Amino acid sequence: MSQMLTNVESLRGALHNAMADDSAVVVFGEDILDPYGGAFKVTKGLSTAFPQRVFTTPICEGSIVGMANGLALRGMRPVAELMFGDFITLAADQLINHAAKFPAMYNGRVTLPLVVRTPMGGGRGYGPTHSQSLERMFCGVPHLSVVAPSIFHDAGKSLRAAIASAQPVVFIENKLLYPLRQQLHSTATLQHEFLDAEAEYPTVRLRNFGAGNSPDVTLITNGGISRFLPSLLQRLSDEEIRLEALIPASLSPLPPIAPFAAAAANSGRVVIAEEGTTSNGWGAEFAARLYESCMGKLACPIVRVGALPTVIPAAKQLEDEVLVSETTILNAILKVFS
Amino acid sequence: MMTASPNFFTSTDQTAEHFYAQMLLIRHTEQQFLQLFAQGKLNGTVHTCIGQEASAVAVVNALDLQRDVIFSNHRAHGHFLAYCGDVEGLLAEVLGREGGVCGGIGGTQHLYTRNFYTNGIQGGIAPCAVGAALAEKMQGSGAIATVFLGDGTMGQGVVYESMNIAALWGVPILFVLEDNGIAQTTPKQQEHAGDLTTRAQTFGIQTFTADSFDPLALHATAVAAVGMVRQQQCPAFLAVSCYRLGPHSKGDDTRSAEEIAMIEQRDPLRHLELQLDPQQLRQIQQAVEERVRLAVEQVLERPLVATNTTGLTIGRGEE
Repeated sequence: MSQMLTNVESLRGALHNAMADDSAVVVFGEDILDPYGGAFKVTKGLSTAFPQRVFTTPICEGSIVGMANGLALRGMRPVAELMFGDFITLAADQLINHAAKFPAMYNGRVTLPLVVRTPMGGGRGYGPTHSQSLERMFCGVPHLSVVAPSIFHDAGKSLRAAIASAQPVVFIENKLLYPLRQQLHSTATLQHEFLDAEAEYPTVRLRNFGAGNSPDVTLITNGGISRFLPSLLQRLSDEEIRLEALIPASLSPLPPIAPFAAAAANSGRVVIAEEGTTSNGWGAEFAARLYESCMGKLACPIVRVGALPTVIPAAKQLEDEVLVSETTILNAILKVFS
Repeated sequence: MMTASPNFFTSTDQTAEHFYAQMLLIRHTEQQFLQLFAQGKLNGTVHTCIGQEASAVAVVNALDLQRDVIFSNHRAHGHFLAYCGDVEGLLAEVLGREGGVCGGIGGTQHLYTRNFYTNGIQGGIAPCAVGAALAEKMQGSGAIATVFLGDGTMGQGVVYESMNIAALWGVPILFVLEDNGIAQTTPKQQEHAGDLTTRAQTFGIQTFTADSFDPLALHATAVAAVGMVRQQQCPAFLAVSCYRLGPHSKGDDTRSAEEIAMIEQRDPLRHLELQLDPQQLRQIQQAVEERVRLAVEQVLERPLVATNTTGLTIGRGEE
């Protein structure tokens, strides 16, 4: 009954199963040992079950990922946890100049099966350096994958795919998704399917309308933004606006653009929503790809929604002002619909 | 009495003849690089270890080359040749010709063969080497890892993170500091406070010191350090005092003629030459010259690497 699992339960189960299935899997991170089990409890129980292969580390994100690189080059399958996604900047050299370089610059003669898991996103009042969504800074780095499951993905399955991959993966978890139950099937009011179920990291298609109808608007989004969708799709349904949401789990490289372009051409109206800031971001890249394929087929310009281009404040009312909300996305949809 | 067979390049004898042959092979190969660059046949750059060959040869020969792992840096030709002796593979890699060890993608700073890895980022290889050593320990292979660092790299924080973890977890890794006293053009005294040789000690890491002027003595120290790392499953730090005779890269030497002349007096090749029988010496010199000359001729006759190289496409999605 995987659809009953919360996001954190799904991830935790995947880590347990991956370690049980393959003795090459090793897990590292700060404060991940039991009884604490990690700041967000994804690794809870792991060090009790696999004491020889779960390591609590000093505070040194660069070396955590660097060690994982060395382990991966020498036949292990390391899964490194960075306690907060904001700290990934300290590991940027290891991700960009080491993990993403070794296999390609050695002409494909080595593999580097690395997973770096880290929670991104705001909404918990942690302030400017513990709330960001920095994944866009690693999108577009050749030979580095960035994966972010939504609440409509089986997060554990995505994590298993990342661990099984021969390539380095930055695996983004969203803090606000952790306690939410995954929604992996259609309901009376919400059609759930995968665009490409056989893909390593599939794209979810959600619709608030039944077969035989065309969408009015296409929403492309990922990760933590998915928490708004059940309510948002219901509100749009009440307004008799048919919304098709496309939610890729692979942020970089982007999945093949053709089905997205077909969906965009079908509705003629596209909104792209992301948790972080929009400049030079994931949504900008997606919009550029769509324009390359959809020139002349859209009824109006693509609208992007993201956080305000500033720091994320600690005070709740200020944080709410900066971050994307259901209302911001709703307003963007109403804007392209009018 | 040794013969002038090319086998002495890969001999496992820990003798002055063997070390001299390997050091001279490195010297001649790197001098060829500088000549080929001057002739416009070498694209990009090289960082030679001319003057420092003894460190590469003495330390690498202290390792178990069947299983131990080596990480090296931007100045890696000496370590590479001491490890595998593949002159053609290195030449082809740096010249962009067919048969280069990394298909011409890596070039001088990014070499890979068997258990030997290099990267051009200062210090970043230190935690990679710790991870590699940890992997060998977890797999029970009996192998250790060695990482070569320069004095300039001792400014990088990640080096100390790596020492901390290696000591904390009992990781079998030998940190080798090749201290040539200069980082590109900046003397050590303008970059570092305190004494570099004592820095590992604060982590409880046993420190060994040696001078590359005497390759056999350096080798004996390296053997002791490697033995300790392997037997006690813990890190060690080997600080090698050495001298860079050539420029950092090519034309970027700002040192005075007097200083270079002083360094030439510390050339370990000269030191070994005095220990060898003149006839042996000539045999080795002729053999090395022949080996490098033929390698250069042969590699320059090879075609340039084709542009559809597979390593560039691995793991790349729809772009």
